[in-house]
Amino acid sequence: MTTTAHVNSAAVPDLDNLAALESEAIHIFREVAGEFDRPVILFSGGKDSTLLLHLAIKAFWPAPVPFPLLHVDTGHNFDEVIAFRDHVVEKHGLRLIVAKVQDWIDDGRLAERPDGTRNPLQTQPLLDTIAEHKFDAVFGGGRRDEERARAKERIFSLRNAFGQWDPRRQRPELWNLYNGRHRPGEHVRVFPLSNWTEADVWNYIAREQVELPSIYYAHRRRVFKRDGMWLTEGPWGGPRDGEEVTELTVRYRTVGDGSCTGAVESTASTVDEVIAEVLASRLTERGATRADDRLSEAAMEDRKREGYF
Amino acid sequence: MSSLLRLATAGSVDDGKSTLVGRLLYDTKSVLADQLDAVTRASVDRGLSTPDLSLLVDGLRSEREQGITIDVAYRYFATPKRSFVLADTPGHVQYTRNTVTGASTAQLAVLLVDARKGVIEQTRRHAAVLALLGVPRLVLAVNKIDLVDHDEETFRVIAKEFTDHATSLGYADGSVLTIPVSALAGDNVVERSARTPWYSGPTLLEHLETVPVAPDPHDAPFRFPVQYVIRPRTPEYPDYRGYAGQVAAGTVRPGDEVVVLPAGLRTTVERIDTPDGELAEAGAGRSVTLVLADDLDIARGDVIAVAGSAPVPADELDATLAWLSEKPLRPGARVLVKHGARTVQAFVEELSSRFDEQKLSTVESPETLQLNEIGRARVRLAEPLPVDEYEVSRRTGAFLVIDPADGTTLAAGMVGAPLPVLRSDRDVVSPGP
Repeated sequence: MTTTAHVNSAAVPDLDNLAALESEAIHIFREVAGEFDRPVILFSGGKDSTLLLHLAIKAFWPAPVPFPLLHVDTGHNFDEVIAFRDHVVEKHGLRLIVAKVQDWIDDGRLAERPDGTRNPLQTQPLLDTIAEHKFDAVFGGGRRDEERARAKERIFSLRNAFGQWDPRRQRPELWNLYNGRHRPGEHVRVFPLSNWTEADVWNYIAREQVELPSIYYAHRRRVFKRDGMWLTEGPWGGPRDGEEVTELTVRYRTVGDGSCTGAVESTASTVDEVIAEVLASRLTERGATRADDRLSEAAMEDRKREGYF
Repeated sequence: MSSLLRLATAGSVDDGKSTLVGRLLYDTKSVLADQLDAVTRASVDRGLSTPDLSLLVDGLRSEREQGITIDVAYRYFATPKRSFVLADTPGHVQYTRNTVTGASTAQLAVLLVDARKGVIEQTRRHAAVLALLGVPRLVLAVNKIDLVDHDEETFRVIAKEFTDHATSLGYADGSVLTIPVSALAGDNVVERSARTPWYSGPTLLEHLETVPVAPDPHDAPFRFPVQYVIRPRTPEYPDYRGYAGQVAAGTVRPGDEVVVLPAGLRTTVERIDTPDGELAEAGAGRSVTLVLADDLDIARGDVIAVAGSAPVPADELDATLAWLSEKPLRPGARVLVKHGARTVQAFVEELSSRFDEQKLSTVESPETLQLNEIGRARVRLAEPLPVDEYEVSRRTGAFLVIDPADGTTLAAGMVGAPLPVLRSDRDVVSPGP
């Protein structure tokens, strides 16, 4: 039981962490392009989906990305993010499909929730749109470090015709051989960023100089406090009585539905400052800023079982 | 930038695996305040006085309810020296298939035993599975060392027994390390313990940070499964034709003479393209696009290999199968085989032997292979595949066996027999008592 020194005979330096993660993600994009008929990339304009798109562009360069983008729009968006979304789509000549939760509410397929949050309402428009377009592979920016239930997620995750995830019946995932077989009506959720952490994402954004929506960097914003989080005033129901609006210097760690995504007080206005802040933070990005994960001990698992990402 | 180490854990139920992983995360400060708050709250709800670190990692509702790990989960932590992807695999016998899953990509595995119980059958079985999957390095964490009064002799006995077992499975001395730890108290996990002065080796984390990462060898012959043909047909790139894929083994450089399989066409590599510019060389694990000197008919599923050391496409495989499905394998079964970027029809001609996990020996000509069993089979392919021996290349020697009816992954396949007990020459048999 001694550890003798092993000589690494490698003639080529090993890939560093970020290069290895990039190579893995590109490999996954190409597998899906090779095996599926109708893939789509979920794109919200947030940092993870922006990174996903950046990697897709690299995977197929110099050819265009062979998939459209899909945004499930809760209607509770940050203006800066929608502007960024449209700017990116135009810059890269991509096709964007938008499924608006409001349309589902307007025709009665969905009802507004009493608490006003629309994040859980995204599931049905997502599944309806997947069915309508017959998408068979749906890329998402989910990472296993985000949440305990996500830590159990496969890179290729089969969903039944109802879009459901059954964590006890997942396919074993072996080597880098991904099994994309599915029956008509089923689809596969694909997570190329599975093995990335929040720090990896920011380090890669810095290395590749990936452009992001401005709200990821410190700015002055009118906010009010609810359940311990700083929410932006807006059409999603705030401030209510007793909630006081104040102006603070903040930034966002995640971008989601405005009704449940909180800002953090921060003066980090450059990528390097954000990285320093992320590394020093004692809170996870979801713990800090996502109200929907606080609903119960298994909130994410329960939503994923229903078809949420 | 630091390197990346992929590791897996294995160990039987109640050896404290989740606690060890929780301890690694906690002591490397990879657990943030809100996660710890949640665990503390849940621990109090369960009537515990200190946070139960295993709750950090048992993510599913039913896992927390039963207090056991059911499915493989992936954890991430980093130190200034290295980043880690940890496949946390369940210890229950019925979840051995998750050990196979975790081990398939691991460069190192950490096995746990309870110092009071020592090396048990499950330890030998897990070590055998790890050896079979070609995990290059093992660490045995002799856990709960505090419960045997930090006794050196107890540790020595367990360490020797395990090292002997690993040696009989084909591990060289330098690739196995044994460490006395207490996951609960934190001894020798991240912090060195004052209670084991007789132990002079590294802590678990020190070892993980410094152990040489064994990549797929760069000096192996070059193998490149073509995943996708890139043909932009844009005004800017009207005639571009590149073959996209990930280098599965070896290294490629412009000017290299290559052969395209299975057709056997020869050409040379003109360029190695990436969106960030051309490369002078690309080694195993790198995703690139190859531009070749000649206009050949090459499609997804073909393999580009170095000329002179290319595999001969085989239409019959002698392989080891780790069976992962509740539906047992019977000879004659029609299946699909996925190797690299190609999926072909196949049938299992013959089951020649089954690995008896209890006796660590083989049973000849079994009738079936059941869930979690490992055996040798002859697989006949509808189209030839350019495979390598798994022992030589984990990437190009591996394949999936898939159910053509419902798409289920039935088995992990490895060309040849990497485990001594499964080899056909019976001189190297059964280790242990």
